[in-house]
Amino acid sequence: MNASEIEARAPRAAVIQTRDLRKVYSAGTEAEVVALRGVDLRIEPGEFVAIMGPSGSGKSTLMNLIGCLDTPSSGTYHCDGVDIATLDAEQRAGLRLEKIGFVFQGFNLLSRMSALENVAMPMGYANVAREERLRRAQAALDAVGLASRAQHRPSELSGGQQQRVAIARALINRPPILLADEPTGALDSRTGEEILALFKQLRDADHTVVLITHDAEVAAHADRIYEMRDGELHAAAAQQASRP
Amino acid sequence: MNFTEVLRTAVFALRGNWMRSALTSLGVIIGIAAVIVMVSVGQGTQAEIDKLVSGLGSNRLDISGGSGVGGGGVRLAAGSRYTLSVDDADAIRKEIPEVQYVAASLRGGTQVVYAENNWSTQWQGVQPDWFDINEWVIASGQAFDARDYSGAAKSVILGDTVAQQLFGDQDPVGQTVRLGRVPFTVVATLKPKGQGGFGQDQDDLVVVPLETARRRLSGATALPPGAVQQISLGVGRAEDLSYAQTEVEALLRQRHKIQPGDDDDFTVRNIAEIVATRTQTTRLMSLLLGAVAGISLIVGGIGIMNIMLVSVTERIREIGLRMAVGAGPGDIRKQFLAEAMLISLIGGVIGIALGIVGALLVGKFGSLPVALNGKVVGLAAGFSIATGLFFGYYPARKASQLDPIEALRQQ
Repeated sequence: MNASEIEARAPRAAVIQTRDLRKVYSAGTEAEVVALRGVDLRIEPGEFVAIMGPSGSGKSTLMNLIGCLDTPSSGTYHCDGVDIATLDAEQRAGLRLEKIGFVFQGFNLLSRMSALENVAMPMGYANVAREERLRRAQAALDAVGLASRAQHRPSELSGGQQQRVAIARALINRPPILLADEPTGALDSRTGEEILALFKQLRDADHTVVLITHDAEVAAHADRIYEMRDGELHAAAAQQASRP
Repeated sequence: MNFTEVLRTAVFALRGNWMRSALTSLGVIIGIAAVIVMVSVGQGTQAEIDKLVSGLGSNRLDISGGSGVGGGGVRLAAGSRYTLSVDDADAIRKEIPEVQYVAASLRGGTQVVYAENNWSTQWQGVQPDWFDINEWVIASGQAFDARDYSGAAKSVILGDTVAQQLFGDQDPVGQTVRLGRVPFTVVATLKPKGQGGFGQDQDDLVVVPLETARRRLSGATALPPGAVQQISLGVGRAEDLSYAQTEVEALLRQRHKIQPGDDDDFTVRNIAEIVATRTQTTRLMSLLLGAVAGISLIVGGIGIMNIMLVSVTERIREIGLRMAVGAGPGDIRKQFLAEAMLISLIGGVIGIALGIVGALLVGKFGSLPVALNGKVVGLAAGFSIATGLFFGYYPARKASQLDPIEALRQQ
């Protein structure tokens, strides 16, 4: 997909739009750290974008901002059209519930719950009725190929399976944005490939996937790659080849 | 997150660490059970006092003869000198309108004999108002009539204990009994009052008209003419009591020609004052018992807070994750508050059950009076809820204020 094609789909607004986004920690003190120095980022619906960078480059800060876990020091961020600067902690939680699905390096499944309950968990905060929740969670597990593992605890699943459960959980409230932080970091390369393939399927199903990684090989699966360096975001070469 | 969902999550979390949850509840269980037992004992004691008040009458005064100085300067007990007379009683009746009932009385001990049964008891020689002042009610038969009083009739009214001892199931009314050597006709029996506030058997007595007593029963003692040991009086309204007391004292001093500055030759006993002192003592005891129970409940509550704080620290990643997937601070607060409340509620329910059993056991085998009622149980239930809320709030708030980024970073 090239720029003109994106323009052609114009009526659809960007899901992620940041302008001159800055983040400063411990502002005004000697420990002041400038993590982001004016990031402009625009991601359209249905894109698979990777943000790459070494640790300390500010990519975690950017991810926390995009994920509505944090607020910028200055600049604006519109998440699916909503300006997060105006939101308090409770409203940001509501926004995460609706708009963002998180996938973590360490899976972050609740160990005492079955895979099914883990997937269903976020819907509890959306006040979805329990029967409906379990039905949808089962469907989500079917979609990531774990239909038969629904009643297993995370400890009874392999790393790849656990990450699939986490992805099912991230998608359960049908958020427009899927935010994956080093999703393959804890997996062997073959399983990592499977997970990345799953992301591509999701992109093809019109999900927006933002992949944060330090690994160029992993980033290479994305359609667009950005690189974070010292708090600044730079566009890297597009990966046309990965698109079928 | 709706209520059932919050509850389900809380139950799930507590079950996962059930041993810890149970031990934490134990603090509340002990606290609540202690509250119930202690408050029941306190209320039971208070009820005993109330019974004492109603048994003696809170608007009565008792006047006894002055404590005399006997031979060798030994101070004698009140009533040991016959300084009061029937005329004093008549004067009070006539001159102090606030006084509704007046009854002079004599008393002593005697053997009561019926057929082969005999029983050692107290006799009271009384004037008509005595029954009202002491709230005695006739169980069967007829009260003394005017001729019994004026004619010093050999009629007697038996207390329940005496009637039981002498007659068993038989009806004593109309029978003849001997008091000492003098035969009396039983005209009535009294309704039982049971144990008095000081533990004595109130029904162990026989009652005769005052003049009968003077002539037939206290004959051996040399009484001054018209002398009585005690004058009891009752005022119509309790608030007139202290005024009546002052009036009575003034009247008797005047009648007995006591110079200003000299000691009274009579003693006025105000039951209400005695009762008030005892009530105060009891209240203090109840307060102390309640405080002990309250402290154990606070200790239980601190246990809850402690465990909830540990739980927040242990589950910091879970909190971070839940926040990331969309749980707001309010949801997290509700979840942890629900867990604390559940611990204290379960503890409360078990504690109430144990407390009720404990109070019943104390009532049955202990020497303390116990009054168990719904109010105590309601109070305990309220305490257990309040404990959970109070001690659960801080940890819950702490959890809700976690930064999800920091929480997720914890290992």
